[in-house]
Amino acid sequence: MDILRFATAGSVDDGKSTLIGRLLYDTKTVFQDQIDAVERASKDRGDEHVNLALLTDGLRAEREQGITIDVAYRYFATPNRKFIIADTPGHIQYTRNMVTGASTADLALILVDARKGLVEQSRRHAFLATLLQVPHLVLVVNKMDLVDYSQEVYESIRDEFTQFAAKLRVPDLTVMPVSALAGDNVVSRSDNMPWYDGPSLLHHLENVHVASDRNLIDVRFPVQYVIRPQSDDWHDYRGYAGQVMGGVLKKGDEVMVLPSGFTSRILAVETADGEVDEAFPPMSVTVRLEDEIDVSRGDMICRPHNQPAVAQDIDAMICWMDESSPMRLGGKYAIKHTTRSARTIVKQLQYRLDVNSLHRDEEATALSLNEIGRVRLRTTVPLMADDYTRNRNTGGFVLVDEATNRTVAAGMITTVS
Amino acid sequence: MTTSPTHDYQLSQLDVLEAESIFVMREVVAEFERPVLLFSGGKDSIVMLRLAEKAFYPARIPFAVMHVDTGHNFDEVLAFRDQRVAELKVQLIVASVQEAIDAGQVVEPPDGTRNRIQTPVLLDALDKHRFTAIFGGARRDEDKARAKERMYSFRDEFGQWDPKNQRPELWSLYNGRIHAGESIRVFPLSNWTELDIWHYIKREEIELPSIYYAHERDVFERDGMLFAVHEHKQPRPQETVFTEIVRYRTVGDASLTAAVRSQADTVDLVIDEVASTRVTERGATRGDDKFSEAAMEDRKREGYF
Repeated sequence: MDILRFATAGSVDDGKSTLIGRLLYDTKTVFQDQIDAVERASKDRGDEHVNLALLTDGLRAEREQGITIDVAYRYFATPNRKFIIADTPGHIQYTRNMVTGASTADLALILVDARKGLVEQSRRHAFLATLLQVPHLVLVVNKMDLVDYSQEVYESIRDEFTQFAAKLRVPDLTVMPVSALAGDNVVSRSDNMPWYDGPSLLHHLENVHVASDRNLIDVRFPVQYVIRPQSDDWHDYRGYAGQVMGGVLKKGDEVMVLPSGFTSRILAVETADGEVDEAFPPMSVTVRLEDEIDVSRGDMICRPHNQPAVAQDIDAMICWMDESSPMRLGGKYAIKHTTRSARTIVKQLQYRLDVNSLHRDEEATALSLNEIGRVRLRTTVPLMADDYTRNRNTGGFVLVDEATNRTVAAGMITTVS
Repeated sequence: MTTSPTHDYQLSQLDVLEAESIFVMREVVAEFERPVLLFSGGKDSIVMLRLAEKAFYPARIPFAVMHVDTGHNFDEVLAFRDQRVAELKVQLIVASVQEAIDAGQVVEPPDGTRNRIQTPVLLDALDKHRFTAIFGGARRDEDKARAKERMYSFRDEFGQWDPKNQRPELWSLYNGRIHAGESIRVFPLSNWTELDIWHYIKREEIELPSIYYAHERDVFERDGMLFAVHEHKQPRPQETVFTEIVRYRTVGDASLTAAVRSQADTVDLVIDEVASTRVTERGATRGDDKFSEAAMEDRKREGYF
């Protein structure tokens, strides 16, 4: 059994909570005491029906206001797969939360209300999903029961979206008509839409192939921690612990350590359960090298003929996430990239992107909350980086305000020089 | 490297979860000066210890463990706690609620339950030992408020959680920067479910306190839950005591934690039972979460973990 991580997106009343509620309910993930609690709370609030959104809106403020404030993570499983849902709010703070949820997602669900068709938010969410390189996209045309299960309505939304998606880099797009409320095409195929011959949503989630989305070509092993037991039994032991962020590591492989450029061979790839034949993403292992070379946290182990760029000038798309202060040209921030921490200065803001029209504003000098722009950064020490499109783990970074310690931006590297 | 993959390079879900948890533990140890792991002797913290063992092998676990002891323990669990820390050669710090009551730092609530007064005792101990990163075994599937919490949960100088003001968490980049007095609660098991925990216990052949498996016990019923007769949990005159075959799904303060009727006396039977149950573990066994709709959120805001 493997894991699929997916993020949900959509505007406020498109039925996202109902869809999640339906998936959880029909896969028997909702427990009786949770249903009881929701029924009780719905009654106390004077709601007419059992309010399924209360299953997912867990905070006091969310329940008071009837909106989702922050990303929540939920879990369900079928006999084939475990699912982690990043349930992102459709509300005003959409961009930041969508980016957060999509950063680790294998798949994004974008909901639209069949009565309303594509709205700004649908395009925005599709754009964000592609910016974050979510490998699989599913457009869920919901509330089909409210348009008499009309094939025409569905097809016109599908065609409009397909046209729009052609402008973005969407590796895999699936479109499906559902009614989350009535359960059509959510867990099982619906008799109400005989004209639709695709899979149900759950069937698609269970079968979409995600293993091949990882980069198994470029060996990337950011050193996280050096294990040196101070014990008699393991006197000379020196292991480099970390998580494989790309490629496949094997005993005997020739490797290079960056930024020093020293080369050696892999003596062993180990876990606490013993040596392993090979290590690949996302395994957490310990690598030992044949030679005693200087390797520490923040260094990167790769192959001599396949190295990431080692650079202090970084071009990246960034999404600004801080509400209290905007990103300013010349601003200095702490940067966290793989296991390396450094400081950085914003040298240039090439443009600010209008997420709705995809228009580039080259006159912009700042980015405020939820705005996206392309920047050039200069870092205090070199980063070992790849283009985000090639590797989400070695191409993504965050910026932290050094005074407040708040995480203020997410970055996706476009070019390293 | 140009080798094309000859197989699918698939990892099981347990392997993926284990790899993620180990990554998080190593991050914390690499970046924080004084981490500590909260260890109650319950199944989640026992799994955490196994993960810590694996993360730093062949070195020893590089941090201490701390038990916030309400004084209302199940004997089996305390014995297990002491045995496990001795085996792993880790330092055990006990923060005693009883001592805090005796010293007048906290007041015993009239109903005799000590869950809420654990929080100030925990915060005092963290302060005293200057711990900056505190590992907890909490999981997001336990509670609605937990589902909202980050892997790294920032706490201010009062240990408070502000759910509206959480740091965004992207990829596997965790922001552990804090000012003096502030701390980070770290939840490496965030993405695990109760069933994952049990599958892992089976796979790793992890030993647990015996009360997790079906056994006979004298119990009485209160608020729809089965409580064991215990030094600190006595039936009221109208409540009848009877013998029942039960087990515990969670292990906490004996005055609050209820047992469930169960015949599951092996790990396989427990897995079958957990897979088919219609009630959450907290719903079935925790009196403390029934105080209000947002009981967990409220306690976390005060500094609970």
